[in-house]
Amino acid sequence: MPARNSTAALPGTAGGGALRLRWPLRRLFLRSADDAQSESGLKRAHFREWRLPIWLLAPQLFILLLFFFIPSVRALIQAFQLTDPFGATTQWVGFENFERLFRSGVYWSSAQVTLIFTIAQNVLTLSIALLLAFASNHILRGRSAYRTVLLLPYAIAPAIAGIMLAFLFNPRVGPIAHTLQGLGLDWDPNRNSWHALALIVMAASWKHICYNYIFLVAALLSVPQSILESAYLDGAGPIQRFLRISLPMVTPTLFFLIVINFVYGLFETFAIVDATTRGGPAGATSILVYKVYLDGFVTLDLGSSAAQSVVLMVLALLLTIAQFRYVERRVNYSV
Amino acid sequence: MNEHTPILDAVCHLILLVGAALVCLPIYFVFVTGSLSQAEIMRVPMSWLPGSQFFANMRTVLSNADFGRLLLNSFIIATGITVGKLAVSVIAAFAVTYFRFPFRMTAFWLIFMSLMLPIEVRIVPTYESAANVALPLNILGSWLGIQALIDLDWNLVNTYSGLILPLIASATATFLFRQFFLTVPDELCEAARIDGASPWQFFRLILLPLSRSNVVALAIILFLMGWNQYLWPLLLTTDPAMANAVIGLKKLMPRPDSLPTWHLLMNAAFLTMLPPTIVILLLQRWFVKGLVDSGK
Repeated sequence: MPARNSTAALPGTAGGGALRLRWPLRRLFLRSADDAQSESGLKRAHFREWRLPIWLLAPQLFILLLFFFIPSVRALIQAFQLTDPFGATTQWVGFENFERLFRSGVYWSSAQVTLIFTIAQNVLTLSIALLLAFASNHILRGRSAYRTVLLLPYAIAPAIAGIMLAFLFNPRVGPIAHTLQGLGLDWDPNRNSWHALALIVMAASWKHICYNYIFLVAALLSVPQSILESAYLDGAGPIQRFLRISLPMVTPTLFFLIVINFVYGLFETFAIVDATTRGGPAGATSILVYKVYLDGFVTLDLGSSAAQSVVLMVLALLLTIAQFRYVERRVNYSV
Repeated sequence: MNEHTPILDAVCHLILLVGAALVCLPIYFVFVTGSLSQAEIMRVPMSWLPGSQFFANMRTVLSNADFGRLLLNSFIIATGITVGKLAVSVIAAFAVTYFRFPFRMTAFWLIFMSLMLPIEVRIVPTYESAANVALPLNILGSWLGIQALIDLDWNLVNTYSGLILPLIASATATFLFRQFFLTVPDELCEAARIDGASPWQFFRLILLPLSRSNVVALAIILFLMGWNQYLWPLLLTTDPAMANAVIGLKKLMPRPDSLPTWHLLMNAAFLTMLPPTIVILLLQRWFVKGLVDSGK
């Protein structure tokens, strides 16, 4: 019979260093029910063997070592080095890359663009998704037909979303641009930086509304029917029930989506920018992740690019921590 | 609840119809533009109805821009990522949930850490790693002072393995399988052991069939992700014939100083988004479940 272990909470004989690190990290990320009950994610009925699991883990760990751990560590190291564009000489420069970065006006304006872009994208995406989720939660007929159509953008690459809107809003050939010009707006995203920013915000939201929508619909369905019915008996209408009951009950999902939208806006919108505005006009849409690419692969300022990578790593780390905290709360609410 | 709210019902349908129109309009225009001729797209205002040149444009795209090859590349990359990532992560998740062995938690945390840093924040060193996979050995060699002995070069630029392997290096799928395995009843494993099954037999005959719906859902998400890759193929392909279809589109974007061939670009865009759209339409139910379960 499988051994039942009630005392040994810490499996394995990992070194002291790993032990010390484990608990604070664990508390940061995993406090969900399954982790508290089963022994640190080990099945009660398990096998005691070490050769097979090592072989099972080997492919994943090997790929991670080559393409995750080594590059991540090297990104950290390179941030404190200065390499000439041809890669001939490398010297340690301490925090000079970061000092140079934080004194650079171009970097701060890129950070500002990123902030405006991610917030605008987040607000637009979430509010439209909420409206659509409320509407499809309210109606009785045609739900699945609407859902089928609304989910289509999930299949479409961000770059294609960008290209489509770049065409529709192209001042020379785009039908929507012609309509805007007909209304008297001098629309030109190639020259006007606000127009360019609006273009990538719209493309990013167009692509991402469906993701928010799926999660909101699922969350609204999990609101207990009994609570909604008692509110109905107390005389609350559909809109009131949505605002006073459903919405507060799905706030964990909302927070989760806000975090996910920031991750998406910060990292995954690279393709939209590169395929449409290429950071232009005059850096007006050069978001942080695009600037890492420009400095790393186009202008070959490797030290600065590495320092920017480290800044983004810190952001990604904070967002991941936030994401897992909300994942956990979301699970607790939906039970 | 038996409410009668005709006005709100109508407003809700209106909201959803507008939403559906906003989704469909750009896609429709991709199709329309892809079916017009060069002269027709230059006309102001442009036609809102499809033209007759769709298949003629398609032939041009497939022959001149070598789009057949690029679509094939997209398919190979997406399939490679899907199969590779599923295979690697399902066995890794099995190992960390069903075995007690030294360094189990260390292995789990190593895998878990890879969730934190997307490839976008470490592009330069990841590129260097793919440009020479033997790089760590060379660095080790130079530290040990035997650089002359070890100077290996294993370049993955412009190869399928270079396009696929670094994208497998993340733990999203492993994490999802682990969460699922934790919900599988313990009695199944106990029964299998009483019947004398080896761990591998238990995995193959019981656990894997149980995970089928998770595998399908995840396969769909991974295939879409793989098909729509942009940043990594952009960096790793200098040979145009090794790029994927999405990168091919970028090269078809009209330049300011040349003839704006939007009709060819849109035709190619339509061809590129057709396969993932068909996948999502046919397998929608599986996909929605998988997406909400995985939380990403």
